[in-house]
Amino acid sequence: MSDVRNVVIVGSGPAGYTAAIYAARAQLEPLIYEGSVTAGGALMNTTEVENFPGFTDGVMGPDLMDNMRKQAKRFGAELITDDIVEMDLSGDIKILKDGSGNTVKAKSVILAMGSAYKEIGLANEKRLSGRGVSWCATCDGFFFREQEVAVVGGGDSAMEEANFLTKFASKVVVIHRRDSLRASKIMAERAQANPKIEFVWNTEVVDVLGDQKVSGLKLRNLIDGTESERSFTGLFVAIGHDPRSELVKGKVDLDTEGYVTVDGRSTRTNLTGVFACGDLVDHTYRQAITAAGSGCQAALDAERFLSH
Amino acid sequence: MATTPVTTATFEAEVLKSTTPVLVDFWAEWCGPCRAVGPILEEISNEYGSKIKIVKLNTDEEPAIAMKYGIVSIPTMNVFVNGEVVKSIVGAKPKPALLKDLEAFIA
Repeated sequence: MSDVRNVVIVGSGPAGYTAAIYAARAQLEPLIYEGSVTAGGALMNTTEVENFPGFTDGVMGPDLMDNMRKQAKRFGAELITDDIVEMDLSGDIKILKDGSGNTVKAKSVILAMGSAYKEIGLANEKRLSGRGVSWCATCDGFFFREQEVAVVGGGDSAMEEANFLTKFASKVVVIHRRDSLRASKIMAERAQANPKIEFVWNTEVVDVLGDQKVSGLKLRNLIDGTESERSFTGLFVAIGHDPRSELVKGKVDLDTEGYVTVDGRSTRTNLTGVFACGDLVDHTYRQAITAAGSGCQAALDAERFLSH
Repeated sequence: MATTPVTTATFEAEVLKSTTPVLVDFWAEWCGPCRAVGPILEEISNEYGSKIKIVKLNTDEEPAIAMKYGIVSIPTMNVFVNGEVVKSIVGAKPKPALLKDLEAFIA
């Protein structure tokens, strides 16, 4: 591909797909790199999305993403299910390299790589990953039928995972560092009303036990410092996400937590012709609808930039 | 060659008694990352099918085999040589990363 594209969008999910819909309708013929295994973004691993406006009875995360994808395609966006592995964003013509070794040139780039789940950071968490430690209840919950599992975290994703896991597990224990939940009221109340869910407050996981697979957790009470062990066959980690900005580190300005910084209420990064949207820039809201909104902004910013 | 499904009935002949290395993709319909990695495995099978056979085991339909091999996370991709699991790859990965994991079998 030797021609120079108007705009290349890196990453899918609500931000990337919405940017693609708007850019396609502006006849910018966008090319979107969806990601080879991350296509559709974080919502691909959720079940029901109940708060996306317009869906009275909720919508399944993967279905919502599939609809956005089809909508982008209908207006002429070109979709590629591959990763961008290298970017040179400094010049007027941006140069991107994909996972199959192709090079793409573009006048503007919209960054929408989203976020990746956070790990607790324990050596045994890594070692036992896929052997009882999981970040995807919808993928792995099924294998914990009639067993006791733990969920670490106190936000909406932790509550969603805990509720989902009660379909299979005999008991789900939510372990949280604080004495109250960060989750939205409706999600928190639903989890607290679920008889299969037990809450362990002011407690952190200090080690994951087990030889070939998870057999339990070592816990520390953060108030009195006492340590204890408890048996579990599964550990689901839902302690939040980090922006997926490694690829642009040292190229565009990031804040101390690794989020791409943008100019005021726009999506403009410090580099001319480079825009950023979605979870990659958002510490605060991190919702499907806010990501979609900022994807729209990025496409409009790119359109304005290209017309000058 | 295209990937093929395996079941309890065919597992021994197709996997355990195979003379070439076999990658068994433990997957299920409802698993997003499994669906993402499916087409990549299809490509690898088409390109390296003479060196490694790639088969798919649906963990919903064949829970006994999944349990036997201790599957608690999908996708899990186990490589069998002479009936033994010699490598286990957990989680969807981009094609270059999978090819690197499979280097010893496809080189």
